Amino acid sequence: MDRFRYFDGVATVRLADAACIGCGMCEEVCPHGVFAVRDRKARLLDRDACMECGACAMNCPTKAISVQPGVGCAAAILNGWLSGSKPSCGCGG
Amino acid sequence: MGEEKAGCCAPPSGKASPCCGGGSSSGAAIRYADNFVEGTVETPAGPVPRVHSRVGSRDLLGRWKVRWGIGRDRYRVAPGLYALGAPGADAPVLVTANYKLTFDVVRHEAAGVDAWILVLDTRGINVWCAAGEGTFGTGEVIRRVTETRLPEVVNHRRLVLPQLGAPGVAAHEVRKGCGFSVVYGPVRARDIRAFLEVGMKASPAMRRVVFPTMDRLALTPVEITGVLRPAGWAAAVLFLLAGVGPGIFSLGAAWDRGIAAVAALAAGILAGAVVTPVLLPWLPGRSFSVKGGLAGGVIAACALMGQRGSLHAPAALALLLAMTAVSSFIAMNFTGATPFTSPSGVEKEMRRALPVQAGLTVAAGLLWVGGAFLR
Repeated sequence: MDRFRYFDGVATVRLADAACIGCGMCEEVCPHGVFAVRDRKARLLDRDACMECGACAMNCPTKAISVQPGVGCAAAILNGWLSGSKPSCGCGG
Repeated sequence: MGEEKAGCCAPPSGKASPCCGGGSSSGAAIRYADNFVEGTVETPAGPVPRVHSRVGSRDLLGRWKVRWGIGRDRYRVAPGLYALGAPGADAPVLVTANYKLTFDVVRHEAAGVDAWILVLDTRGINVWCAAGEGTFGTGEVIRRVTETRLPEVVNHRRLVLPQLGAPGVAAHEVRKGCGFSVVYGPVRARDIRAFLEVGMKASPAMRRVVFPTMDRLALTPVEITGVLRPAGWAAAVLFLLAGVGPGIFSLGAAWDRGIAAVAALAAGILAGAVVTPVLLPWLPGRSFSVKGGLAGGVIAACALMGQRGSLHAPAALALLLAMTAVSSFIAMNFTGATPFTSPSGVEKEMRRALPVQAGLTVAAGLLWVGGAFLR
């Protein structure tokens, strides 16, 4: 999705280099090409493209990746604020 | 497998559908009554229903209805194992969600492939949203593999999952839990055949989510139906407000000015829910509220130019501000339908945009009511 970019400098995705074993799962599951494996280590190539879906952290066998996953949805976040709970798509239909 | 891409609350790629809905788990009944089932295939684990790849008028009507938000909760297929074509023990296993729209896309796009389709119970939600909610998840994959006795049906130990299911599934945990390794297939179901033909390799393009105009357009009806109820209440308030004036309350004014206000509300909703999504790449800025505000403001300005003379300046300005605010707010909600907005980003945008939208609305209200007394 080269044409679409959202805000820079907000994504919470982090990679702990020491724990990475270079398996490449993050590169495989990321729909935005945020990661690439170079020299047997994953690299954060394009952090600002991250939409925080959490696929990389979920599939990282050594827990080298952390991200605060969630739904990038205004209605869900508003619901979360109003109900004081975790954002969820509570549109019920 | 291979849903299509989708933003939460609404996935992209033509097959998108906002999340929401769902809730209860899906029953396993009436599989043979479904019109996409055509006989059975015998396996060591018992007969498995065979599905065909045709998408008929009933399927298309069903798709159209859920696009408009009608019966989306109930648009499901029974979870379990299905056969596509004439799969043998070495045929690939494609895993997908039990949202019928998704299932239809998979069986249609995989036409000509002999494969097993393992349908998870995602409570009628598409792959992307269900993965976000965890119903398209590690536990459900393991449970469904065990329950369908898949190890007796196939002689390999490999599952092909749609890439957009990855936020809910830990591949290494699935292997630990049921002995099957997970291969993430392409984002879009239409790439399944190509993916299988080259020995389960996805090209970089198959791995990327895109959000073309037709996909954005397909998501707009449900954006509109989603705001119908609050819009109805807003319209009632607008008619009441329109009657307020020097004569305390005037039915005539309520009607005339009410029509104008409700028309502006409707135009603001259309600007935010349809015009902004369609023109998304061409509207300036990255923030949805700015894109929506611009679309609403420009449309309002054009409409008011055409109406010159029939509205007093304060009333015209009030409608302009209100349409900008409504369109901006509605457009911001489209973040839920896009496959590229992060929650951190949306929250940042909302903290900035909500006060501005509220301010515009208050200013519009003051101008609207105050203007009535100035006449």
